[in-house]
Amino acid sequence: MASITFREVEGSSLKYWLLFGALGLFVLFGAAAWNHMHHYGHVVTGMDNQIVWGLPHVFAVFLIVAASGALNVASIASVFNKPMYKPLAPLSAILSLALMLGGLLVLVLDLGRSDRLIVAMTHFNFKSMFTWNVFLYSGFFALVGIYLWTMLDRTVKSYSKAAGTAAFIWRLTLTTGTGSLFGFLIARELYGTSMLAPMFIIMSFAYGLAIYLMVLVAAYAWTGRTLGDAVMMRLKSLLAVFVAAVLYFVVVYHLTSLYFAKMQGVEAFILRDGGILTMLFWVGQIVIGCVVPLVILLSGLGKQRTWIMIACALIILGGMAQMYVTIIGAQAYPLDMFPGLIEKSPFFDGEVHSYSPSVPEFFLGLGGVAIALLVTMFAVKVLRLLPASLDDATVAKLEH
Amino acid sequence: MSELKPMSDNTPSSPERRRFVGAATATAAGLTIAPGVMLYEVAHGRSEDQPASSAVRWGMLVDATKCATGCDDCVTACSTENGWTPVAESKHPKQAPQWIRKLELQDPLTQMETNLPMMCQHCAEPPCVDVCPTGASFKRADGIVLVNRHTCIGCRYCMMACPYKARSLVHEPLNDTQKPDVPRGIGCVESCTLCVQKVDRGDGNTACAEACTAAGHNALLFGDMNDPESEISRRLRELPTKQVRADLNLNLGVRYHGI
Repeated sequence: MASITFREVEGSSLKYWLLFGALGLFVLFGAAAWNHMHHYGHVVTGMDNQIVWGLPHVFAVFLIVAASGALNVASIASVFNKPMYKPLAPLSAILSLALMLGGLLVLVLDLGRSDRLIVAMTHFNFKSMFTWNVFLYSGFFALVGIYLWTMLDRTVKSYSKAAGTAAFIWRLTLTTGTGSLFGFLIARELYGTSMLAPMFIIMSFAYGLAIYLMVLVAAYAWTGRTLGDAVMMRLKSLLAVFVAAVLYFVVVYHLTSLYFAKMQGVEAFILRDGGILTMLFWVGQIVIGCVVPLVILLSGLGKQRTWIMIACALIILGGMAQMYVTIIGAQAYPLDMFPGLIEKSPFFDGEVHSYSPSVPEFFLGLGGVAIALLVTMFAVKVLRLLPASLDDATVAKLEH
Repeated sequence: MSELKPMSDNTPSSPERRRFVGAATATAAGLTIAPGVMLYEVAHGRSEDQPASSAVRWGMLVDATKCATGCDDCVTACSTENGWTPVAESKHPKQAPQWIRKLELQDPLTQMETNLPMMCQHCAEPPCVDVCPTGASFKRADGIVLVNRHTCIGCRYCMMACPYKARSLVHEPLNDTQKPDVPRGIGCVESCTLCVQKVDRGDGNTACAEACTAAGHNALLFGDMNDPESEISRRLRELPTKQVRADLNLNLGVRYHGI
């Protein structure tokens, strides 16, 4: 097998530092947003005692799900022995670590008592899916960190497959845990199903790969390195399969719910009567997030890099819409304590709950995205993560 | 604070097993401790160094047929006793905490209307306790479900898990209506404590039930559901009662008649 030269990104251009500064600014905005929320309490957010998890959770869960998906490319290389993916693996690992960091920061900084983070790390209730996730996240950092080490250090290279396999199994478990955060809730109709765990896994494949592709193309374009079509075509076909699988899961999930009389109210709410949520579902999640990207990726348009990038961006936007509908939608529909009866109370029982995200929530979420990108940007500058060239000839040699 | 001691039984076990353990404990206690001590404990509260006893299961019977339309004396009494501002008086009603609320139900077919107070149902198998990452949400041996204010991190997972919308997050700094024996705090989750401070003092009643009786409605009855001689046990034997969302099989400490 031909060898590949990995080289750091020089990162001395004005463009690099401008982007670095811009991302840094968003990290600062995020920090300011957290400080504001922490100082005044959640009263300054759009969240309330009806919609208890809001936009920060949409960002956080999206980033955490995407993080495990971003590790795909590395997994394909080492677990499934596809040599073409090997040069792409280090970026995949660092991106997954960075996205996980961004997501977790948003999650913990949105706590009502974020100053008590140490309590969450020292007091455990092992019946809680949240507790399991604390261990799954920590383990993810450790395993992917070791995996990355085996990729970068020749002396431990022989352990790469073992580390990669461990990280792969771990990331599947992790996303099962993320989906089960919702799947293990009995109170709300749209949760409490084992469908959520596999659905989150397939969503992670799609979102993670879409982000990976955008970062890869940007890194190569902005550093003037060659990225051949062979890599792009392979990855975009894979992306199309993942998006189709997401669509399949979403259809089966809603069809199953629609069949049960007790679920028809909440399904009608999401699919027909939910206003902005219904629009986000059909236009955001289904059309923008699945249908249009599939058309682009499977048609002739998918041969052009610009269109692949558009498809990736749409998948990411659709993914955010999906998280919004999944997290906010399930809470917006009132709890049905007395099935068949109309409920009314001064505490908004029986009413559809509205939610308007506030500016601090939005910036806290964006801060998480910014920190993920900032970490990735800095990592490619200081570590040899990116192959000097991924032109078709170099990649073709790897296959033989 | 005595109510902050997490004396919960967090181990996952079946209701049968719980009942068996509860019965065994009660028998053992009955044999080893003089019955007079037990009676004293229940009637006069307990000292701070004494753990809550699983021989007792505090609960409430709500008679919806007696619950008066438009009356919210129970809500007012709760807010006065526990120091929370009623939702209607709050500047941010949607973010205001509530511990108990009046619910109006109507059957769309028959037009029959029902009134009832809704609060924490003090489940024997509480979903909020299951999901709490730090164990701050806990069930006391005597069946009261509480939140430990020292270890609640404000993640609101319990609020996502509760089928009764019984829990609230304190969204803003609290004013000075706080009561010394009812600790509350910004960023923490709270809910009905069955007036645990009164129970531990030996009052033998909750503020809401006292107010309901004072108003002459007698729709609320608090007591020990484990004691076959208690008034609540006697009434529960006589009246047909239901648990809200009985399909979830959470074994509730609050039982409703007339729903």
